[in-house]
Amino acid sequence: MVRYLADPANEHQGLALVLFTIFVSVTLAITAWAGRRRSSSVEFFAGGRLFSPMENGFAIAGDYMSAASFLGISGLIALFGYDGLLYSVGFLVAWLVVLMLVAELVRNCGRYTLADVLSARMRQRPVRIAAGTSSVIVSVLYLVAQMVGASSLVALLLGGQGGASRTWTVIGVGGLMVVYVSFGGMRATTWIQIVKTVLLMGGTITLVVLVLIRFHGDLNGLLRSAAAGSGHGSAFLAPGLKYGGSWTSKLDFISLGIALVLGTAGLPHILSRFYTVPTARSARRSVVWAIGLIGSFYLMTIVLGFGAAAVVGSDAVRTSNAAGNTAVPLLAQDLGGGAGSTGGTVLFAVVGAVAFATILAVVAGITLASSASVAHDLYATLRRSGKHAGPASGNDEVRVARFAAVGIGAVAIALSLFAQGQNIAFLVGLAFAVAASANLPALLFSLFWPRFTTRGTVCAIYGGLIPALLLVVLSPVVSGRPDALFPGVDFHLFPLENPGLVSIPLGFLAGWLGTVLFPEPGDGAKFAETEVRSLTGAGAV
Amino acid sequence: MDKHDGGDPGALRVDDPWYDALAAGLWVPDPTTPAPSPVPAPSAAPVAGAEQDRAAVYLEVQQSAAFQEVRGQYRRFAFPAVAAFLAWYLLYVVAATVAPGLMSRPVAGELNVAMVAGLAQFATTFLLTWAYSRHARLRRDRAALDLRWDTQERMR
Repeated sequence: MVRYLADPANEHQGLALVLFTIFVSVTLAITAWAGRRRSSSVEFFAGGRLFSPMENGFAIAGDYMSAASFLGISGLIALFGYDGLLYSVGFLVAWLVVLMLVAELVRNCGRYTLADVLSARMRQRPVRIAAGTSSVIVSVLYLVAQMVGASSLVALLLGGQGGASRTWTVIGVGGLMVVYVSFGGMRATTWIQIVKTVLLMGGTITLVVLVLIRFHGDLNGLLRSAAAGSGHGSAFLAPGLKYGGSWTSKLDFISLGIALVLGTAGLPHILSRFYTVPTARSARRSVVWAIGLIGSFYLMTIVLGFGAAAVVGSDAVRTSNAAGNTAVPLLAQDLGGGAGSTGGTVLFAVVGAVAFATILAVVAGITLASSASVAHDLYATLRRSGKHAGPASGNDEVRVARFAAVGIGAVAIALSLFAQGQNIAFLVGLAFAVAASANLPALLFSLFWPRFTTRGTVCAIYGGLIPALLLVVLSPVVSGRPDALFPGVDFHLFPLENPGLVSIPLGFLAGWLGTVLFPEPGDGAKFAETEVRSLTGAGAV
Repeated sequence: MDKHDGGDPGALRVDDPWYDALAAGLWVPDPTTPAPSPVPAPSAAPVAGAEQDRAAVYLEVQQSAAFQEVRGQYRRFAFPAVAAFLAWYLLYVVAATVAPGLMSRPVAGELNVAMVAGLAQFATTFLLTWAYSRHARLRRDRAALDLRWDTQERMR
């Protein structure tokens, strides 16, 4: 270890390790502090519900600004210019859907999970099982994306020391997230998100200021150099570089755009954040905080992306990592004075540590949400129908959730080891598409459509979930291409990489058909309760 | 462990969410009111009569002019706003694929139509966020809180 640290070529790795160790120690301290409280279910799943809007806004931003945003989007912009910008815009505009249609109403209608809202006026059992299942699937997809990100980051930080270090990183990240979640619950997870957001914003602001200093505040000059550095000239700043070829790729662009804007409102770990504040009004105010933070962050990723193209050059970025994930660390190194200089080494290490902290925090948030789904939705429902007649007690659910976190961690670790080498931003795009297809239609129908029935809810969830997953399996991502998951075989029947364009409308259609074709006697009183409760908070927990 | 858990529903009550939520100080229900059943579980309702009373109260509130006003205020702002920004976003996405020529037309310096439209997406998002939360604060929050009080009073 000493020799390793002393080696000048490994200096940035040593520093990054030190910084990262500090972050892990702080977060473990937070976990220990939070774990000392008595663990009721509201403490474990909702952190006591007494966070302030500002705290929750920072935590939401922390849950949302993943490594895919920090590394992936800047990298895509550095490689493809304008076409990478779609991610930034889509990820932000999605928050208007959350703000206006979802946040307040979900806060008023639910308790811990998405299934609480969906099952409020339906038969509990089928709806909870469906919503719990889809929540867990979406979360696991998203988890895999983050952990794959962590492993490629480590491969970069530790140089080309391939396989073993990647595997241990995935296992280490998985182990830490299980510790955070099962010992600290929502309170620890929330504070970890807040710390991470502060670090991430600090790191990003520093880099943006350095880029602007480099170009003497001349944004036009930055764009001009970026276009020159990309090797594409002014085409770099116009649409079409990545998605401009065939109609298939154009449709893929639209499909991705739709999945991004509709997916956020269906992400279980984002929805569960609204239960950490006391009222709908504070849920709204936390979204406003989050939009401010997330919006300014994505504006900065644009500067970083173009900055990387201008300073590092697209070709150098592509050589380092074909997907562009290393654009920001390379940019940091250059801004600090170049490889080998002290400034460059420090900045490179800081960016690496921040990115790693980001991944760890996001992963903890998702694991918590999915273990809440397992315990509060699946376990509680199945148990109720089993030999124990009574509903599961809160303590019981918390205990199950702690174990579920271990189980989900294990599944995610296994899948991530399998999916290594996939592109992070793309995997996140898939998770968004599945969330938008399976969760959003059912959520919107149950909040706004009086006639919506139990069967309609179940149809909406499975009718979005199954096509979305099936289309992914049949897409060129899984087979038939050299960079596919199974490059050797070809069973791809669906031309698009992102299923959103087809599966999201299918989710809405299935919900509508399920309601219209199998009419159930309407219960006006139930809908009255949902409506009154969602808009006023009467009877809300 | 199971025995212990089953044996202290009282202890569970004490750190029930309700009592934390009360500390937020927004409204103060009678502490003797039993904690509400975890998100309506009709099958678990002990007294059918109480369930019917509850339903009647919600139906009545739903029909009340005050609630209709709150709902109207919400919908009249949120629905058109959602339609507008989704249309504007889709236009932005589709234009990049069907009209790349238009989108790459230069506007000022290196900025082209596509970049300006992208930045405008950011601007409209911030603007709508501000407008929505201002509208909710001025037109809805007060009335909604009153209704919440009122409904919960009648539910006792």
